[in-house]
Amino acid sequence: MIVRPIRITRGSVTRAAMLAVPVAFLGVFFVYPVVSIIGRGLAPDGHLDLSPVADVFADAGLRKVLWFTLWQASVSTALTVVVALPGAYVLSRYDFPGKRVVRAALVVPFVLPTVVVGSAFLGLFGEGGPLSRLGLEQTATAIVIANMFFNYAVVVRVVSGLWSHLDPRQEESARVLGAGRGRAFLFVTLPALRPAIVAAASLTFLFTFTSFGVVLILGGPRYATLDVEIYRQTAQFLHLDTAAALSIVQLVAVIAMLVVAGRIERRHHQALQLRSAADVARRPRTRRERAVVGLTLAGTAAFLGAPLAVLIERSFHPDSGYGLGFYRALSELRRGSALFVSPLEAIRNSLVFASVATVLAIVVGGLAAFALASRRHEPGRRTRGLDALLLIPLGTSAVTIGFGFIIALDHPPVDLRASPWLVPIAQALVAAPFVAWVMLPVLRSIDPRLRDAAAVLGASPARTWREIDLPIVTRSLLVAAGFAFAISLGEFGATLFVARPDYPTLPVVIFRLLGLPGGLNFGAAMAASVILMLLTALAILAIERFRVGAIGEF
Amino acid sequence: MLRVRGLEVRYGDRVALAGVDLTVDDGEIVSVLGPSGSGKSTLLRAIAGLEVPARGSVAWDGRDLAGIPPHHRHVGMMFQQHALFPHRDVLGNVVFGLRMQRTPPARAEQRAREMLDVVGLAGFEHRNVAELSGGEQQRVALARALAPAPRLLMLDEPLGSLDRPLRERLMIELRELFTGLGLTTVYVTHDHDEAFALADRVAVMRAGRIEQVGTPLEVWQRPATEFVARFLGYNLTEAFGDGRVGIRPDGVHVARAAAASGSGVGGVDGVVVARAFRRDHFLLRVKVADGDPLEIAVTGAPVPAVGDAVHLVADPDAVVRFDEGTPPPQLP
Repeated sequence: MIVRPIRITRGSVTRAAMLAVPVAFLGVFFVYPVVSIIGRGLAPDGHLDLSPVADVFADAGLRKVLWFTLWQASVSTALTVVVALPGAYVLSRYDFPGKRVVRAALVVPFVLPTVVVGSAFLGLFGEGGPLSRLGLEQTATAIVIANMFFNYAVVVRVVSGLWSHLDPRQEESARVLGAGRGRAFLFVTLPALRPAIVAAASLTFLFTFTSFGVVLILGGPRYATLDVEIYRQTAQFLHLDTAAALSIVQLVAVIAMLVVAGRIERRHHQALQLRSAADVARRPRTRRERAVVGLTLAGTAAFLGAPLAVLIERSFHPDSGYGLGFYRALSELRRGSALFVSPLEAIRNSLVFASVATVLAIVVGGLAAFALASRRHEPGRRTRGLDALLLIPLGTSAVTIGFGFIIALDHPPVDLRASPWLVPIAQALVAAPFVAWVMLPVLRSIDPRLRDAAAVLGASPARTWREIDLPIVTRSLLVAAGFAFAISLGEFGATLFVARPDYPTLPVVIFRLLGLPGGLNFGAAMAASVILMLLTALAILAIERFRVGAIGEF
Repeated sequence: MLRVRGLEVRYGDRVALAGVDLTVDDGEIVSVLGPSGSGKSTLLRAIAGLEVPARGSVAWDGRDLAGIPPHHRHVGMMFQQHALFPHRDVLGNVVFGLRMQRTPPARAEQRAREMLDVVGLAGFEHRNVAELSGGEQQRVALARALAPAPRLLMLDEPLGSLDRPLRERLMIELRELFTGLGLTTVYVTHDHDEAFALADRVAVMRAGRIEQVGTPLEVWQRPATEFVARFLGYNLTEAFGDGRVGIRPDGVHVARAAAASGSGVGGVDGVVVARAFRRDHFLLRVKVADGDPLEIAVTGAPVPAVGDAVHLVADPDAVVRFDEGTPPPQLP
């Protein structure tokens, strides 16, 4: 075997420098807190003691939490995939007026802050809501429906991302060979879609497994996922050791899921003949096709629109007729029983924190993506390993991150206890892997021959980066920034742990308002949720503007 | 003058170039011909400095280019599938190399427009490259490679993706262009028609080595090895009872077996098993008693039909003998 000597080139030095920033950031704000959690959970008194972790499985209450976490994730994932397939089909195969708007609108639920979705379903199923008679308040069904609401867009966009580039001639040739419409779908299209379906299901399972906000708001005292239980043990019972043990279980489960998902994806990876989406989609021609498109779009609109419509309606509906009473209350509610600042100030906090978090996330995530993508000559095991490392913070629940901050960063060597900047740092930690994840495929998809062509035409490596990589990537950078902003704005799990009472963000205030008695507080929560929803929607609309002709999943 | 000596390139354990020697004189067009995976593209990439050789040297006018990065080598290269920059329009692509040379913008643009004129794309300056047809993209790539006036132009299967009539027209046009500009050119292709039509000399590659170098006529008439002969479409056979020889498809006289029986010295009897019409000739597949069927090009009537018994006599000029024990002859 011939081993090429490792040459220390300017390229590898640059790459190391680029990688240093994200590695340092993740080291201090992710690895260190996680190590602290593990220390706390495995050795609460300084020596190895497995009893807290063992208690998680021994305690009947905690066993119920584990079981419910798995149950709601499995049920939600299966139902979401089934319900979302028609939507993916219509979006990939048909052209219709307003398709761009539909695509844009479809992402909104996914990036909507969990508290907004929680409030919306509370408004729908809860007391005084239009569906209160179904008796779904504080039930597992409500939680599953809210999970489906969130992840519908994930499945539709991931699956249609592939489906819209799948050559319809494959299905047509199956039809010519004598397969009926159903068999052609079952034996040709569905297997071709399998990688996308598997990817979408893995993502959905991961997201629902770490579901926090909606369960906390909709589950009441009866239902808790692992994340909710970690929060309760910390905030209500001050059982930090138990919370740490639960976090360890959570981390192990997430890593196991990522490994399994990676395995499955690699096994299902297949070379596909892909075509430009513009060649695949067409106008619906027959009456039957128009009916399929119309019904699917109407159903989607009803499912995704109803909770949000109810949320908006109730925010304008104080006890007597319609009005802006709840919105006015946002500036009037101040220094009440549980609120230290008015919701209006919380909006300002949210915008400032989210902006800072976006900059941090772009720097950290963007540099990581550039550094990972530039390792182009060795596409083997090591690259995959680094990619997976990047996925761990992406998969780790925000609650774990917030909990880790609390137990690790409130004493030397890193003492940020009094700092309001813990909030944007936590948000950036949640958003940065996402930024890298959005940009990495774009960076990797740049044909390496473009760089070769630039080099042969006289461009130095730095010039090549500036002339080729940067312009091609700018658009995805803007998309990533929009997502980072939306994610930071709505971030709840980690922020709830680290936000100081005098600097709360909007989601935290909404959660507090929902916990307070009285119609005014509930209405103000609805109004604040509407504002948060609008801010998020604006960020997403800005993204769609930059996303012309991009091939991507989100 | 380009001089490549003992060039070796490895990708990990895999040897992509296993000691290549090649000389290209100023103003000469050399075609590198070979099946896919034979190392043709790697050779170009190593000359351009995009691959670091494990051994051997690339020299220009006697000066070793080792350690000189691609962007300082002043070579032009047309890539497979063209590698046009998707975020720049046609003019932006063509002007790129001139910008890298810090040519003043006005002069650079003028030169780029001239190059577009040379390749017949005047008026396409501000078109999006993704919207061009395959032939148009190929011309943009050529104009882009020519614009900075490289001392050596290298082309990697430039006509690969185009349809046949367009390819045949462009072969002639490219040769006229290169000789007209006096360009030193290395042209990689897997198509021997293309290589013969374009090149002053042809180098045939196999598994990272050059098997034979010569003028198109030399290579076509006297393939040096069985591999080259087979690659050019020769029949390799022992049917004529003269040891294993290569026989050019157009060098066999075919007669009806009945008419010619008895008179043929060194002749062979066979049966036609397939017949295909090829514009200026028919291609017959003839089954013989000994070995693989032979492929034979027949011009002029009468053409035997499938099932006919035929008698084959080889033209001595079309028969090549190989001496695989000694290395193939190499021109300096």
